[in-house]
Amino acid sequence: MKERPRLTRRGLGQAAAAGAALIGAPLPLRHAFAQSGPANLKVALLLPTSGIQALIGQACRRGADVANDVMADMKLPVRLEIVNYDTESKPDVARTQAEKAIDAGAHVLAGAFDSGQTIAIAQVAEQRGVPLIVNIAAAPQITEQGYKFVVRNFPTAPMLITGALALHKEIFKVSGTTPKTAVLMSVNDTFGTAMINGIKALFPRLDMPYELVDTISYDPAAKDLAVEVAKAKATKAEMLMPVSRLNDAKLLVQEMVKQRWEPMAVMNPGAPGLYEQDFLKSMGKYGDFMISNVPWLDPKSAMTQALEKRHLAKYPNDQLDLNGGFTFEAMLIAAQAWMTAKSTKPGDLMEALRKTKIDQHVMIGGPIQFDAKGQNVNIKASAVENLKRKPTVVMPLESAAAPLVFPMPGWNDKRRT
Amino acid sequence: MTADFALSLAQAVTKGLLTGMVYGLMALGLSVIFGVMRVVNFAHGEIMVVGMYLAWMAFEYLQITPMLSLPAIAALFFVLGYALQRTVISPFIGRPEHQQFLLLLAIAILLVNGCLAIAGPDSRSIQMESQFESYQLGALVFDAVRLHAALAAVAIAGLLWLFFTRTRIGKSIRAAADNNMGALVVGLDVRRLYAFTFGVGAACVGAAGALMITIIPVSPFLAAEYTLLAFVIVIVGGLGSMTGALMGGLLIGVSEAVAGLLIQPSLKSMVSFGLLILVLLLRPQGLFGKSST
Repeated sequence: MKERPRLTRRGLGQAAAAGAALIGAPLPLRHAFAQSGPANLKVALLLPTSGIQALIGQACRRGADVANDVMADMKLPVRLEIVNYDTESKPDVARTQAEKAIDAGAHVLAGAFDSGQTIAIAQVAEQRGVPLIVNIAAAPQITEQGYKFVVRNFPTAPMLITGALALHKEIFKVSGTTPKTAVLMSVNDTFGTAMINGIKALFPRLDMPYELVDTISYDPAAKDLAVEVAKAKATKAEMLMPVSRLNDAKLLVQEMVKQRWEPMAVMNPGAPGLYEQDFLKSMGKYGDFMISNVPWLDPKSAMTQALEKRHLAKYPNDQLDLNGGFTFEAMLIAAQAWMTAKSTKPGDLMEALRKTKIDQHVMIGGPIQFDAKGQNVNIKASAVENLKRKPTVVMPLESAAAPLVFPMPGWNDKRRT
Repeated sequence: MTADFALSLAQAVTKGLLTGMVYGLMALGLSVIFGVMRVVNFAHGEIMVVGMYLAWMAFEYLQITPMLSLPAIAALFFVLGYALQRTVISPFIGRPEHQQFLLLLAIAILLVNGCLAIAGPDSRSIQMESQFESYQLGALVFDAVRLHAALAAVAIAGLLWLFFTRTRIGKSIRAAADNNMGALVVGLDVRRLYAFTFGVGAACVGAAGALMITIIPVSPFLAAEYTLLAFVIVIVGGLGSMTGALMGGLLIGVSEAVAGLLIQPSLKSMVSFGLLILVLLLRPQGLFGKSST
């Protein structure tokens, strides 16, 4: 009978050391290779593709997935090496993933949809001296802290609010109907808090025609918003202004229908949630006629049309929205910087980013340009109303794809089909 | 107090009562298992989350609504609970509490990671037309899904009460819980009764999971929160007391809803934990529990 090989402490130790060497070896090797000057620009795209913000993160990623093809269609002589990293919707994971991406040789970081996660990544980018292009994140501090390696192609919370509230007035003027009171419901994360503070600070200065009767905040991971909606309904406000994410936006509308609360309008002051594909699909007819005052894709831009075409071909069942649009633009900015710098060195890339001027892009607004703080101040807001399950630009009138419907029809109105 | 405020308060209490009934059913399983076996099920929330996933899968892939899949889920959980007790938990009965704790914690981690491996980390919810429906009684509006879930929870609790008071096996379980030695002396198969009890407890939690998925979306990480909630409920109501679990569920449901209205919705959990501290200080055995002295 054969004797079975015995597992000894020495054997186990040797096996563990060999295993550790095997696992650890590729990292420094990869890093060394990356530092030696590769041919491609390696862009680490950090997004919440799992966890509470998974669906929005995935929508962002789709914009980057088609970026190389769209740039080829637009005859841009550039091809990026895009590497995806999942932040799991958590700032601590975002920080770890950013460090991992830099260790793996990323020349540029891009992301991360959420302000909290973006702040964590920005700190890493600054410490390690690697440029970060923010695709979506509105917390003002991202570009207010004197960071030298951060640029943001998305409005700050005050910019979002100012643009959105200006559109509110325009909507009331065009429709001839003005609500007298509004209630603000907001997630209490970094973005939500920045928005609440911004609204409270800007509201008195903007001379709004309605009174803000209450502010109700809640956890973005809330599983039930019955109490919050009951409290908002009790204010008898004529308009609801939600600063939401995706899941809570669905809970919010579901509760509004169940509690039979029919305000004159559900109109956000520049926030995600209401225009997301999953929101429209889940809410069905109840998701229609809600208005998001956000930056949106310019349907008249040739690059938007190219992006829409590629997106439709690759993701026929998925909607292209601002998440995909801004993430595509982040890739475009990285590509432009690389073409200008003709180098993958962080300093050269950052210098090129500061000088960026991209006239042809996809989002509504002026050329993509960054001020001294790294903020693009040329982005414009538009009013996007959900009509027949599709987010449709209704304001400004020169970009409108359909007429505005305001006030919002009741839950059982015949116009909801 | 204005009429509007009174209506809002009544609405919050109604909502709290309906949610509390489902909470009560969830906590009932924990209480039954502890009451009979003196084992604290630290995998309670995880078992409920598995029940939620099964109900979600039945709806997503077979188009069977949670109310219809509930009996099958409860039956499956009974069998699995029975088998788990006989094979894994039974050897730990009578062992030091820290060993039981670690065993059930290990089971909990296995269940969470199993859910993570199979369904991924994303939130899953079911979308039914009834989730937008409500009933109106005077000025009060009742959420249809919550009302259905609450009625089902009450019916299941009623069946459980009938089982423990009217059936031979239910009476034997109660006898074993009251006097373990006496039950052995009169020839009751206590090991089998314990396994049966764990099966019943697991079935309750599975049923609660099937009801809960109609109210909230499920993700693997939900489990710890609901294990904690179940503990708060049974400790407030009285660990081991069926009435206590149900009343504790109602109390926590209502207090959270009213606190959300009166203070701030994001601070509603503070009230349930405040209640827990009060009960632990003033009546450690819980509102309906028996004093150990």
